[in-house]
Amino acid sequence: MALIRQTSPHASGKNHTNHIMRMVIVALVPALFVQMWFFGWGALVNVLWCSVVALGAEAFVLTLRKRPLAFYLKDGSALVTAWLLAMAIPPGSPWWLTFVGVSFAIIFGKQLYGGMGQNPFNPAMLAYVLLLISFPVEMTSWLAPQGAGVDPMGLTDSLQAIFAGHSIDGWTMATPLDVVRENKSLTMAELWTEKPQLDGLTGIGWVWVNLAFLAGGLFLLKQKIISWHAPVGMLAALGVMSLLFWNGTGSGSHGSPIFHLLSGAAMMGAFFIVTDPVSGATSNKGRLIFGAGVGILTYIIRVWGGYPDGVAFATLLMNMAAPAIDYWTQPRTYGHRKPKRGMAKSE
Amino acid sequence: MDVLSLESVIYALLALLALALVFGAILGFASERFKVEGNPIVDQINDLLPQTQCGQCGHPGCKPYAEGIANGEPINKCPPGGQATINALADLLDLEPMALDDEHGEEKPPMVANIREDECIGCTKCIQACPVDAILGAAKQMHTVITDECTGCDLCVEPCPVDCIDMVPIATTTQNWQWPLPSSSEQSGMQLIATDKQGEVA
Amino acid sequence: MSAIPLRTIHDFPGGVHPQENKEQSTRTPIAIPPLPARLVLPLNQHSGAPAQPVVSAGEHVLKGQLLAKATGFVSAPVHAPTSGTISSLEMHPVPHWSGLEESCLILLPDGKDEWCSLSPIEDYRTAEREELVERIHDAGIVGLGGAGFPAAVKMSSRKASKIHTLVVNGAECEPYITADDMLMRERAAQLVSGIEILQHMLAPEQVLIGIEDNKPEAIATMEKACAGKAGIEVCTVPTKYPSGDAQRLIWLLTGKEVPNDSRSVDIGILCYNVGTIVAVHDAIVHGKPLISRITTLTGSALSRPGNVEALIGTPAEHLLVFAGIDNDTFHTLIQGGPMMGHTLDTTAVPVIKTSNCFIAGTAQEFPAAPPAQACIRCGLCADACPIELLPQQLHWYAKSQNHDQLQHHNLFDCIECGACAYVCPSAIPLVQYYRAAKDEIRTHKARTEKSERSRVRFEQRQARLEAAAAEKEARRKANAEKARKLKEAKAAAATAPEKSEAKAEAEADPIQAAIQRAKAKKAARAAGTDSPAKPAKPARPQLSPKQKELKIQLSMAKAQLKKSERALPQMEEGSPEANKLKDDIALVQKQLEQLQTEFDAASSAPAEAPAATEKPVKAKKPALSDDEKKRKIELAMKKAALKKAERALAVAEEAGSDQVDTLRQARDEKRQALADAENTGVQA
Ligand code: SF4
Ligand code: SF4
Ligand code: SF4
Ligand code: SF4
Repeated sequence: MALIRQTSPHASGKNHTNHIMRMVIVALVPALFVQMWFFGWGALVNVLWCSVVALGAEAFVLTLRKRPLAFYLKDGSALVTAWLLAMAIPPGSPWWLTFVGVSFAIIFGKQLYGGMGQNPFNPAMLAYVLLLISFPVEMTSWLAPQGAGVDPMGLTDSLQAIFAGHSIDGWTMATPLDVVRENKSLTMAELWTEKPQLDGLTGIGWVWVNLAFLAGGLFLLKQKIISWHAPVGMLAALGVMSLLFWNGTGSGSHGSPIFHLLSGAAMMGAFFIVTDPVSGATSNKGRLIFGAGVGILTYIIRVWGGYPDGVAFATLLMNMAAPAIDYWTQPRTYGHRKPKRGMAKSE
Repeated sequence: MDVLSLESVIYALLALLALALVFGAILGFASERFKVEGNPIVDQINDLLPQTQCGQCGHPGCKPYAEGIANGEPINKCPPGGQATINALADLLDLEPMALDDEHGEEKPPMVANIREDECIGCTKCIQACPVDAILGAAKQMHTVITDECTGCDLCVEPCPVDCIDMVPIATTTQNWQWPLPSSSEQSGMQLIATDKQGEVA
Repeated sequence: MSAIPLRTIHDFPGGVHPQENKEQSTRTPIAIPPLPARLVLPLNQHSGAPAQPVVSAGEHVLKGQLLAKATGFVSAPVHAPTSGTISSLEMHPVPHWSGLEESCLILLPDGKDEWCSLSPIEDYRTAEREELVERIHDAGIVGLGGAGFPAAVKMSSRKASKIHTLVVNGAECEPYITADDMLMRERAAQLVSGIEILQHMLAPEQVLIGIEDNKPEAIATMEKACAGKAGIEVCTVPTKYPSGDAQRLIWLLTGKEVPNDSRSVDIGILCYNVGTIVAVHDAIVHGKPLISRITTLTGSALSRPGNVEALIGTPAEHLLVFAGIDNDTFHTLIQGGPMMGHTLDTTAVPVIKTSNCFIAGTAQEFPAAPPAQACIRCGLCADACPIELLPQQLHWYAKSQNHDQLQHHNLFDCIECGACAYVCPSAIPLVQYYRAAKDEIRTHKARTEKSERSRVRFEQRQARLEAAAAEKEARRKANAEKARKLKEAKAAAATAPEKSEAKAEAEADPIQAAIQRAKAKKAARAAGTDSPAKPAKPARPQLSPKQKELKIQLSMAKAQLKKSERALPQMEEGSPEANKLKDDIALVQKQLEQLQTEFDAASSAPAEAPAATEKPVKAKKPALSDDEKKRKIELAMKKAALKKAERALAVAEEAGSDQVDTLRQARDEKRQALADAENTGVQA
């Protein structure tokens, strides 16, 4: 009888990376349904198409790197990236746009850095920014939500728009964030009556999309997949910023805190982007700071920057700062009087 | 895009310039303030050499080779130090690490000399050869190696007229046994590829 | 128990809650297994220097008799667990991570279990502290909970006089293990008596017994046993791994932190495992050394899991059979718990002083670790680490072997508890990374220290050689100077022959005298350096000088023969070189035989003149062999030189080097020299 030889510990917890990734995807499902409800089948087609491309790109690189395919594909990290990107870009975007985005995310954003766990930037956000810079028109052509005067695209229309290059002009409409940003003359009250996509708290559909992301996030919190630090940091910072700089409802208004918290990618960012463990800070204190940084930068970019939503840029900027945050938030080791900050001196 | 007026460009440039100046000043100050009062470079190099004193580098000992390196000799001539030493030297001297020059020998596991004592004739030749005085004995007395001091340089083997010195690898005991790093062959790599293969076969 | 205010328990950061699996082994009382057929007693069952055997093979020993004595203070003796015969001292597998063997005394029990005479201390209350410490040391007591640190060392520290708190560790946080639990349930009285001994010795203000709240029976028993005892308090701590780590428990009970560069003694706290304290009781009250311990036998492959009081040295095999092992499902053997224990390659290993548990697991119970995935920096490990390290960073740096960063990130504060690896979703064997990195850094340090020593030795030698060379040079210069003067004087004498000749004579004389003096001095000095080694001579008195001489020749001839033989296969068969070499070999073999017979004759006729001094032999021998010996040595050297030349030639030929010709020439010269030497030898 051969006794096996292994290193301790011989017991292990139930958590598993593959399981974590699966849970993240499960938590994204409600938001996907809400997106489909308001923006039509395009959302689902996006997600499926992105998943296929992501797995293909991942398999391609793994083959080049001579890594076993099944093991790495199963970890689900490529799928999570694909879903996040698919849900961040406008539903109904042409297939080549998503193709470029997802391949870039997987190949350049992740695998070129050495694969899962090695990437300094959030791959989905990296790809999002790339697309936004390269194809600003396509990336800002959001479909009008259901109830804003246009019916959402059906399955055939979506497929035609995505794969056959049919124009979607008849369906697009500026997003609420865009409207508020571009607005120079109208007061908030006027805007809300004037523009069909603005309704209720922030705008038709967007509230629900954000709430769905929030629900998914709460599920992840409950499952102990993510810790509360980064989301709370981000939402609190965003809220505080928008409260501080809230200049009323006049024509130059930056939008109310509620408006900021529940529009654009705020909730998705808070629960699915800044919680990305790989490219964020590692300690809980660090995560709080990291999240707050993203919140503040998001607000700044939204209000004073050149782009309607700032979550992606803010995340990438904070990704760069993550090592520095880790550096400053090292806990004090037991038995040491002070935390040892930073790196060992090389000399 | 009238925002991008000439003025703002100039401001941006000025800001960059100011930043550059500030950081330059800080760096300059830091390098002054934290300057390492190092020992002469030869000593620093010598500290990195393994001190086996075997002469395989073509010098009569490590110090002379350290001097040689300080005068521009290649850093890859020391087999006992092996790649680790080369890397450390490259680090110190800010050079590209290179592979060991096998003209001078290969990297071997650490050894110690062992004199088969009942064959020793006490000729003292090994004592004269040993660079670190690690052999005890006197004329016509049986000699023995102080294992703790022996560097495993091999120099005593050749001179022995009766060939009674062996170089033996240092034995692994529970005292000096080392945990291996979980190697890729033991962990992910081999197991994974093995499972994948199984999958393919099945 | 007097009214003691409820103690605040200070929670420590991190920690995990692995499945406990403790109930399996607590259903039956502590059992006593039958005597095994043989006991294996490793000499190194503790941290510190291995013990040194004081018995020899074949000796009969009694139970409790000293078998191996401690070497130094941080060391522990080994005693005979039963009466019997020492059969050997041999290498045997021991419970060590590496699976390597260590030297062990093998004891074959005679079945009588006969005690040697014991000398208990009548009343420890009147005994000196030093005496008690010595007793504890001599009883071979080491920390029974973990690392096996000799128990007496801590209490004899100078700081031990300022101990204010004695922490008794009954937390037993590792899953599966119940040895301490059962000990507290069944031997509370001995435990309390042991505590009182320590109270007497250390005079702490308070004694805190820490027990995890998953052991209600043990807590109840201990509370009852401690009722009315002054200064002893039973404290319940929440169940959380690793609360049983000494420093964690100290923190839980006192809220005091042990600085990383010191030990708990330094802050006035000592911590002993409950088993250790019972051993102290046995040693003082009964005079018994540590020869058995309570060991948990558990795991799904056993049909009768439970605790046993096992003799130290009992093979695990024996115990597993006692506990009803099912060899079909048996898959993993772990010593210790699942969190920090280690797997063993064989069931032949013995119970040692630190073996608190053997787990015989099945494949379902301890499945092979899944392949490690990449670290996703989730930070779960950092949340679980009780020391508040950053395991993910340590892992990263250990992987890249960045020793500076590892030390900077306090790698050496890691207690290897495994909490991080337990929670890691990527199943990274983090602890192994840390252990490997720690070992690597330690080895590296040792190597640096050694190379530093070598450097110093080399430089000293260099300086010595230089000084010698300088002296020689100076002498040469002086001689040259004198020669010049002499020449001048001679020249002067040539011009004035009558007078100066006498003068030159007079001048030369003191020079000669000076040289003579210097030579004598040097010889004296050489003799002086030689003489300290001389006492070694009497160590081998049985060899007469003649025998020695012959022996030297014999070994030289042997070596030569070996060298030649080794060279032979390298040469092409039938080539002139090969033939020549074969002749050489035959010749040397003949010489060898002759020498051997001579030597044998010399040794079979020992001491030709037994009572006589060595002089006659010496006088006779040099006449006979001084010349011959010189010649032989010369011959040997020439042969060695030829051998080297041939080897060089072979290498060169192989490489097709252009030095072949020169080398060949050199070889021929050497061969000629050898032939000449041989001829002169034959003639002589
Ligand atoms: S080759 Fe030998 S002598 Fe030369 S530096 Fe290395 S150890 Fe020293
Ligand atoms: S004993 Fe031999 S191998 Fe060891 S250091 Fe001396 S000469 Fe070198
Ligand atoms: S628990 Fe594992 S995967 Fe998570 S940060 Fe730690 S080492 Fe990395
Ligand atoms: S093994 Fe070391 S790093 Fe891991 S949790 Fe325990 S103390 Fe922390």
